Amino acid sequence: MKLSQLLAGQKGIVKEFTDLEMSVKLMEMGCLPGEEVCVERIAPLGDPIAINVAGYSLSLRKREASTIILL
Amino acid sequence: MKADIRVALAGNPNTGKSTLFNVLTGLNQKIGNFPGVTVDKKTGYCSLPDGRTAEIIDLPGTYSLYPKSQDESIVFSVLADPSNPHRPDLVVVILDASNLKRNLLLYTQVADLKIPVVIALNMIDLADKSGITIDIDLFSKKLGVPVVPISARRIEGIDKLKAAISYANKIPLQEESIDVEAIAPQLIAEIQRTLRIENPYFALQLAHQHETLKFLSEAESNAIEELEKEFSFHSQKAQGTETIARYAFINELLYDTVKKPETAQDESLSNRIDKVLTHKVFGFILFFAILLFMFQAIFSWSAYPMELIADLFVWVQDKLHHLLPTGPLTSLLVDGVIAGLSGVMVFIPQIAILFAFISVLEDTGYMARVTFMMDKLMRKVGLNGKSVVPLIGGFACAVPSIMSTRTIENWKDRMITIMVTPLVTCSARLPIYTLLIALVVPNRNVWWLFNLQGLALTGMYIFSLISAVVVAFVFKLILKGRERGYFIMELPVYRMPRWNNVVYSMYERAKTFVLQAGKVIIAVSVILWVLASYAPGDRFERIDKKYQQPQYTKALNADELNRAIASEKLENSYAGVLGHVIEPAIRPLGFDWKIGIALITSFAAREVFVGTMATIYSVNGNAEKMESVQKKMHDAKNPQTGQPVFTLAVAFSLMMFYAFAMQCASTVAVVYRETKDWRWPAIQFAYMAVLAYVASFVAYHVLK
Repeated sequence: MKLSQLLAGQKGIVKEFTDLEMSVKLMEMGCLPGEEVCVERIAPLGDPIAINVAGYSLSLRKREASTIILL
Repeated sequence: MKADIRVALAGNPNTGKSTLFNVLTGLNQKIGNFPGVTVDKKTGYCSLPDGRTAEIIDLPGTYSLYPKSQDESIVFSVLADPSNPHRPDLVVVILDASNLKRNLLLYTQVADLKIPVVIALNMIDLADKSGITIDIDLFSKKLGVPVVPISARRIEGIDKLKAAISYANKIPLQEESIDVEAIAPQLIAEIQRTLRIENPYFALQLAHQHETLKFLSEAESNAIEELEKEFSFHSQKAQGTETIARYAFINELLYDTVKKPETAQDESLSNRIDKVLTHKVFGFILFFAILLFMFQAIFSWSAYPMELIADLFVWVQDKLHHLLPTGPLTSLLVDGVIAGLSGVMVFIPQIAILFAFISVLEDTGYMARVTFMMDKLMRKVGLNGKSVVPLIGGFACAVPSIMSTRTIENWKDRMITIMVTPLVTCSARLPIYTLLIALVVPNRNVWWLFNLQGLALTGMYIFSLISAVVVAFVFKLILKGRERGYFIMELPVYRMPRWNNVVYSMYERAKTFVLQAGKVIIAVSVILWVLASYAPGDRFERIDKKYQQPQYTKALNADELNRAIASEKLENSYAGVLGHVIEPAIRPLGFDWKIGIALITSFAAREVFVGTMATIYSVNGNAEKMESVQKKMHDAKNPQTGQPVFTLAVAFSLMMFYAFAMQCASTVAVVYRETKDWRWPAIQFAYMAVLAYVASFVAYHVLK
């Protein structure tokens, strides 16, 4: 299951990343393996999405979210 | 001022770093540039309780020492480079107490560089409110650094922070956070040995960043590169390992020192606000309503102060003309330099108001939501959610808008935004459009409520947005991206704007504009003054002689005579000669040599067009009187054909020309300043000139 497949309000736990470059940036922002993520909302035009991770809101594009594999 | 100790402020974006900086330094601050890069360097002074003075440097907000934008890249250089003139004696790391986990990543990186550190635990009031309890003594003990809880916004704990700064140790005493050497043991040891570096984390950072760091010599950089190959170092993998290790340390620290309430899961206020502000329907309605209000405010609130500034300069010019002896020097000062200065100053109200809005929208956290909503749309044409702000700002003035593109991390997106922003109808085009539209578009209503002239003006505004989008799309196809575009952005919690920051931001931007754009505008104004006030040979003398003849002195009163002389002199000046020279080139656009003169004099600033038209058609009295310029232009006849000069075709051709042509020296200057490469303003100038010519040509021949 990828993060990009979650609907608004759904939760998951980060398992791994499929893209090294993106993973470095995401991990810096607190989005690490083992961390719980929750999709807060999806932008009105369907992309990007806003997730809650490590206690704050982070927005990222769906293409970026698709590199995050959930448990 | 001489400082006894240099202190740098470092922290994540949205942690209240600027607020703390303003509280510590008050008005006692200045903005400069870090050498070699266009990153604003804010410094200020602060007196410490022990009587010493501290110089405070506000570093750009960043999430880690691995930079993602130009602004962020400065942080590591300042903190780590031993030869950097701004290298601090002490770093104050600001942490958002309500969001400690992510904030601590930067702290552990800075701490590992082994610079003395003090932690300012900001927004402690907000953390208290949401039920988060932090064992500050234990926190401080585990990290080995002083920790001061503060609220920068409420100005609480600032004295304690100042005391902590003044009693801070000169040597770093912080505890190790992670085992840095374990990430790349041999490589770090070799870099330390080769470059004689003591600190292992500095050595590791050099391995990551050596290609972009300016303080390394080429030999040093190459040596590091060789070592990396030898030990097969993979930058991204190593960075990943480091980040995971750091978060493991942070999690353990927070487990022991921070208690969060179990019931914190209920919906936050920000979340509830977001449900409305980023709603499919209300979100966009509200966004356009805010835009409309901002747009209205920029025009209506600035009208009075702009008029005041313009009047003030007219008054000063008048006075100086009377006080100083007539002569070329007076004329250069009054009609060249002061006139140019007036052209700069008159835009200050609009720039200040625009930046007040932008700063409120950013401070409250709304701008991040606009970016969030618009990103998909903007991406289609090669822009980025963050391009929305500069494009909107372009309606007021391209200069501050181009300065505001610095928030766009992606190089390609930022360049495209800079390239298309000057196409948006700025306020300097407005007087030209109103003049020309009033000249050729009848003032009557269609379908009861739409005024034809208003429709034409609205049309020009919409047309400018469409052209910006189309040009952006073309640039998207041409430009090659240097890095992959990505959009990982924090959505900060909604907060009330800090009015102090708003005022500082208005003041800073206005000052930067005057200093940066002002130089160029004044320089170009002086050149144009020379062109318009001198003539080849003895042409001016002959004009003076001609009007001394009785058939003129008798028939005309002194005023009319002066105007007739001024008009004929301009026609015969170098500017006039140039007008004749370029006439063959602009003939296909429907312009005669008189319009050519106006095109030349408005080369540095579009709004000069109206004033030049007034001089050419030797308008009665005050050049500000739009109606009289209009009447003269309306009556202007082509001497050969006897037809009116300003037909519908010519007027629209002229408007097309001003819609596209880069007739603005300040924009050229600011684009150079922001890109640090003359090719960008050159390309921009060229493409806009070509578009202007083609659009005018088409407009003239279609409407003729």
